Amino acid sequence: MQRYSIFSLARNALTGHRNWPQAWRSPAPKPEYDVVIVGGGGHGLATAYYLAAEHGISNVAVLEKGWIGGGNTGRNTTIIRSNYLWDESAAIYEKSLQLYEGLSRELNFNIMLSQRGVLNLAHNEHDLKEMSRRVRAIRGNGVDSEILSPAEIEKLVPAINISRDLRYPILGASLQRRGGVARHDAVAWGFARGADDRGVDIVQNCEVTGITRQGGRVTGVETTLGPVKAGKVGVVVAGHASVLAEMAGLRLPIDSHPLQAMVSEPIKPVLDCVVMSNAVHVYVSQSDKGELVIGAGIDSFNSYAQRGSWHVIEGQMGALVELFPIFSRLRLMRSWGGIVDTCPDASPILSKTPVDGLYFNCGWGTGGFKATPGSGWAFAHTIARDEPHPINAAFSLDRFTTGALIDEHGAAAVAH
Amino acid sequence: MLLIHCPYCGPRDETEFGYGGEADIARPLEPEALSDAEWADYVFMRTNTRGRFKEQWVHSHGCGRWFTMVRNTVTHERGETGVFGGVEPEADG
Amino acid sequence: MSGPQYRLPAHVPMGGRIDRETPLAFTFNGETFTGYAGDTLASALLAYGAFPLARGFKYHRPRGIWSAGAEEPNALVQLETGARTQPNLRATQIELYGGLAAASVNAWPSVDFDLMRINDWLSPIFPAGFYYKTFMGGGFGAGRWWKLFEPFIRRAAGFGKAPSVPDPDRYERMNAHCDVLVVGGGPAGLSAALAAANRGSRVILADEQAEPGGDLLAGDRAIDDAPAMDWVAAALEKLGSAPEVTVLGRTTVAGLYDDNFATAVESVGDRFGPGAPAHLPRLRLWRIRARQIVLATGAHERPYAFPNNDTPGVMLGNAVRHYAGRYAVVPGKRALLGTNNDSAYRTARMLADAGVPVTLADARETPPAALAKEAESAGATVEAGFAISAVLGDRRVRGAKISRILPDGETSGAPRVVEADLVGVSGGWNPALHLASHRGAKPVWREAQACFVPGDLSALGVWAAGAATGAETLADCLEQGYAAGRDAARAAGRTKRTRKPVLKADDSAAQAPIQPLWAVTSRRPGGRKGKAFVDLQNDVTVKDVALAARENYRSVEHLKRYTTLGMGTDQGKTANVIGLALMGMESGRAPETVGTTTFRPPYTPVPFGALAGRDRGALFDPARETPMFDWHAANGAVFEDVGQWKRPYAYRRAGESLEDAIDREVRAVRDGVGAMDASTLGKIDLKGPDVATLLNRVYTNDWSKLKFGRARYGLMCHEDGMIFDDGVTARLGDGHYVLTTTTGNAATVLNWLEMWLQTEWPELQVFATSVTEAYATATVAGPEARALLSRLDSDIDWSDEAFPHMAAVTGTIVGVPARVFRVSFSGEASWEINVPAHYGLSLWQALIDGGATPYGTEAMHVLRAEKGFIIVGQETDGTVTPFDVGMGWAVSKRKDFIGKRSYSRPDTARPDRKHLVGLLPLDRKIVLPEGGQIVADSEQKPPVTMLGHVTSSYRSPSLNGGFALALLKNGRNRMGDTVHILKLDGGADPARVVEPVFYDKDGGRLRG
Repeated sequence: MQRYSIFSLARNALTGHRNWPQAWRSPAPKPEYDVVIVGGGGHGLATAYYLAAEHGISNVAVLEKGWIGGGNTGRNTTIIRSNYLWDESAAIYEKSLQLYEGLSRELNFNIMLSQRGVLNLAHNEHDLKEMSRRVRAIRGNGVDSEILSPAEIEKLVPAINISRDLRYPILGASLQRRGGVARHDAVAWGFARGADDRGVDIVQNCEVTGITRQGGRVTGVETTLGPVKAGKVGVVVAGHASVLAEMAGLRLPIDSHPLQAMVSEPIKPVLDCVVMSNAVHVYVSQSDKGELVIGAGIDSFNSYAQRGSWHVIEGQMGALVELFPIFSRLRLMRSWGGIVDTCPDASPILSKTPVDGLYFNCGWGTGGFKATPGSGWAFAHTIARDEPHPINAAFSLDRFTTGALIDEHGAAAVAH
Repeated sequence: MLLIHCPYCGPRDETEFGYGGEADIARPLEPEALSDAEWADYVFMRTNTRGRFKEQWVHSHGCGRWFTMVRNTVTHERGETGVFGGVEPEADG
Repeated sequence: MSGPQYRLPAHVPMGGRIDRETPLAFTFNGETFTGYAGDTLASALLAYGAFPLARGFKYHRPRGIWSAGAEEPNALVQLETGARTQPNLRATQIELYGGLAAASVNAWPSVDFDLMRINDWLSPIFPAGFYYKTFMGGGFGAGRWWKLFEPFIRRAAGFGKAPSVPDPDRYERMNAHCDVLVVGGGPAGLSAALAAANRGSRVILADEQAEPGGDLLAGDRAIDDAPAMDWVAAALEKLGSAPEVTVLGRTTVAGLYDDNFATAVESVGDRFGPGAPAHLPRLRLWRIRARQIVLATGAHERPYAFPNNDTPGVMLGNAVRHYAGRYAVVPGKRALLGTNNDSAYRTARMLADAGVPVTLADARETPPAALAKEAESAGATVEAGFAISAVLGDRRVRGAKISRILPDGETSGAPRVVEADLVGVSGGWNPALHLASHRGAKPVWREAQACFVPGDLSALGVWAAGAATGAETLADCLEQGYAAGRDAARAAGRTKRTRKPVLKADDSAAQAPIQPLWAVTSRRPGGRKGKAFVDLQNDVTVKDVALAARENYRSVEHLKRYTTLGMGTDQGKTANVIGLALMGMESGRAPETVGTTTFRPPYTPVPFGALAGRDRGALFDPARETPMFDWHAANGAVFEDVGQWKRPYAYRRAGESLEDAIDREVRAVRDGVGAMDASTLGKIDLKGPDVATLLNRVYTNDWSKLKFGRARYGLMCHEDGMIFDDGVTARLGDGHYVLTTTTGNAATVLNWLEMWLQTEWPELQVFATSVTEAYATATVAGPEARALLSRLDSDIDWSDEAFPHMAAVTGTIVGVPARVFRVSFSGEASWEINVPAHYGLSLWQALIDGGATPYGTEAMHVLRAEKGFIIVGQETDGTVTPFDVGMGWAVSKRKDFIGKRSYSRPDTARPDRKHLVGLLPLDRKIVLPEGGQIVADSEQKPPVTMLGHVTSSYRSPSLNGGFALALLKNGRNRMGDTVHILKLDGGADPARVVEPVFYDKDGGRLRG
């Protein structure tokens, strides 16, 4: 791998940038791999990367039906935080944030992690009580979190309407300073380049159409490019988890919904941190390019269409303009939809399955991007050792049978 | 925004309706007779179909009636609607 | 700036859309200019020459006006200042008004001298995606370099500036339905609207421009041997007199959604600028549900790329034609046109007619003979087989080079210098298939025209016509428009047969096919000097596309994301297809196999204010108020938001702190009598023979034996066994009950009951009706409550014998019919009086006049917490069972109910789950923090072992100190233990675990 640096940029400038190598290869799939990862999003690529980097398993293929990073990885609002309520969640999201903090260097690919702080607003007495509980739990888990007064919020976010006359006035907020945003595509590309460099085959435009099994054990996958044998198969396909599960005769506690996001035209800096509000249903940050990146709640109905309904956008714009009256004359430039797989307890599934050698990683709902490296790291461990790492043991499928759910509904930006 | 055909009121905007998810998940008559796994299957597991999907909706800002509707979850193309419990819509629907 | 020297003199018969009688003064970057009514800001500025008015996003090179419409990538301006300022508007779409003030964006210190131009000289080390390759960490630790550099990138990025004060303008929404929505008012759109209208359809025609006409506005076309604009005027008159037709001018259809739902933005007051009449909204958002849609959205001309193609004075060829024909502006003295298709011949003709010497370089070896002859006879010079290969000049076109072009885009032989200060380029046409793309139509590559056309959407009721489908002649546009309008009307059920009009256009067939040409810039090593831009807004060059291909960012989406091609405010309207084609050439693929980009709504940017509409301020989720609200407000109430309701939190008297007020209210209830407005509690009337069966299934306890005139408390759970609501239900008669819910859950519970009743148990005969707002409710509580009630005019016997705890009685009170339930959430003897809502205030006044102290939600919270009564959402969070909160007594063992089976699951049956307990801080002076985390070992360093949390904590005047409720792991087996509650700033408060009932444990008072 040719290392990236300011020096390599300067060196390549001399030759007109004609000698840069491919960031990753585009090989045809081999007939057989030790591990096949289904899904070339951030989580799948991270899984492949950590299989190779941490567990020495490099005879791995990532099979992607479209282009890598093309699902939710490339469609989210890029927020990263680890301010989760329950111990189990704190452990895996904090692991992920810590991996993020060293990721540009580890991957030799600038993912543009920008720890600008994530502010969660409280608008009523109930919000304040919830916030107090959450901040104290988060700090108990050794994760940074603090409570801000309205005056402190206004200082940090001058554009916000801190007036008590607001329909839902801002009474306080919690702030995770280590939270922020990162360049979503770069996370996928960085992991892809790192995995490829360690021998992983990344195969795009290769849709998995079947999961082959023998005697309760997985033996490989059928694809649009032919069958591929595999000792183990890890499925990381976000919105389509249920479709892949059905191929293996499994059922999942998952519903797929549209989630819309949008950006404004690029403007000069006006918002320095990420602002989220559960009560009025909106979250917003400003990208390095100057666009306001805005998200809200999911559409109510099940869908695999990557598009949502108009009234959801009107609702979140109303909320945004309430919170930020000076944004009213800015303009919506682009809106789009992703497919999110929601779990009943708003927590993910990283789990072995009743089929030996078949593993599922899904159910991240609206918040999977922030978990990308942590999810890949834990999933790689689960696949390599055929047992979950302690940080994902609680996120197994059998919690729906035992009742040991991890209910994080309050933690998602907007209640499902 | 979907245009949903309420079998009782006719076509109305999606914003008049509430969503009830997958249809035909019958509540077990004897829950105590089920294993934990069978109970979990009823409570949590869903087919989450990609393609033609039978789901339930309620015309919450209209007649208040629940009904079923077949919808393709990829194209959003609508199929037939159905009613519950033999409460048939008026002929002029 | 010397005068408008590029405005054609009045005797030249061009510029038909401006009104020379109405000059308008305006300013740009502080300098005063004059244009005319009918001008756009762009045309008015171009009358002064193609000077730089913007800077490129990345390299800050000087930029001028590139197009004449929505596809403009360059000429973004900041319009006006102060509260009505608006960033990033396209000068090509701003209608000129008197006094308009606009300025350049993103240049410092000025657009004429921009220091950031240094990026252009440094560009060899800034190829596409350079930022992914550096600032990873280096010697300064992880990410440190990036932290240093990012603020500079942020400041450099972005175009205009947000306003700094709230928006003073008003926005409206309008809902509309129609048979046929026609998008676009050019020849195809007008034809379609006429055809649909003739069939009696309800038609909406939306056109984005200041006036309909589309390409005909250039004024050089003829229909039936008369100026085509005469036909446009006649068509508009016909449509205007049709009763079911609405023509929406200045209205951009921004997005199409499922079931032909369209959103459109109409500029109403906006076009008048800050001086708009006050009664007009700035914008109106139309929400249109159309049975059928005709897309007559036209096409966008695309350029081909060549070195320095971004120099001010280089424009799209057809834009040159429109500026001349429509606005009488030709921003140059000598013109060079480059083309690979027929359309530039009209521009050449127009320029020649205007007296501007023009050279037309046609990349095709054999240009269409008739057109060439016509152009040459008008005075143009045609150079066949040539393409523009470079532009000379930096801030302004000083000349250009043309070269003999080979089919692969490489040039041959030495270039020739052409004298020119205006360069128009036409590389072909891209049908505007954005809206079709919103509806999911995959674009189809049409090789013969080297463009994508929209896929067939007729099954969804979407029809395309005219240039939007690749039609090249006016005759085809008129023909297709009529056919689409007719087909759409027919599909909408309008079957009236009409006679098709016969129209004669001034053309009939295309003359010669296009010869695809994407870039004139050698891809060979040591190739041509100078940047050749593909995406002008995001400064993406031909070399950047090649780099993306080299590094394997080859999927169209990777290309876009890696280079930012097409990610600007123009969504790559002129750039995307070239980028795709170049990627195809680099990677040896045809354009259609590289992929197609999916256009996203909106077509052009839409102000947030228009999306929010009137849903702002008081109308953003309007507050719900009880009938007693005005009394509360007049009597010192501090309100809190509970769900959508405003509830009195406490009533402050003069000189009283909030804490004092709460203490006083608590004491009043404990020692005398208090009154609380409980109208917000959800109330559901249940009628029918099977109500008890329903209650048995949805509540955890047994309802079979609830007698007439009695009330009972119930817990409602989901199938997972977790509590989601609670409340009292009273039986008012045979088959008549009234169920109360928590304030926030009223609608949810009604929906829940209806869902089960209709979908699962249709055999149950129960009618559920929300009566929350039909009744006002006042709770009267305290040892003196009975005395107060007895003093009021009432036919109710308030004695304990006649009206015991948990009884429900109907009668009259102060002359008003009332339903009265004796229930207590305070621990005192307490009556909940429900009267018809409009009598609420008089009941309330009678209670206050009778001596009751009004108390708010916080006193209520203290009172109930002293009794250990839970609040759903405070003691519970969706993970708590009835057993967890010590309410196993309310769970029937004899019957099934929703959630019951879940209690025997292994985790739910654990004896050491978190239990509701009481906590008494060892230091009784303190109040433990709500949400405080409980630990056994206060010395442990994070991550600490947290055993639970404080759910409610107050100072109790009755207990004379702090007390709390908490959920504590294995709590019922820790009675008497000392635990520690962590403080936010370190340290911990010790507290003793006690039973969660602090006051009147045997309940004597509430039964008193």
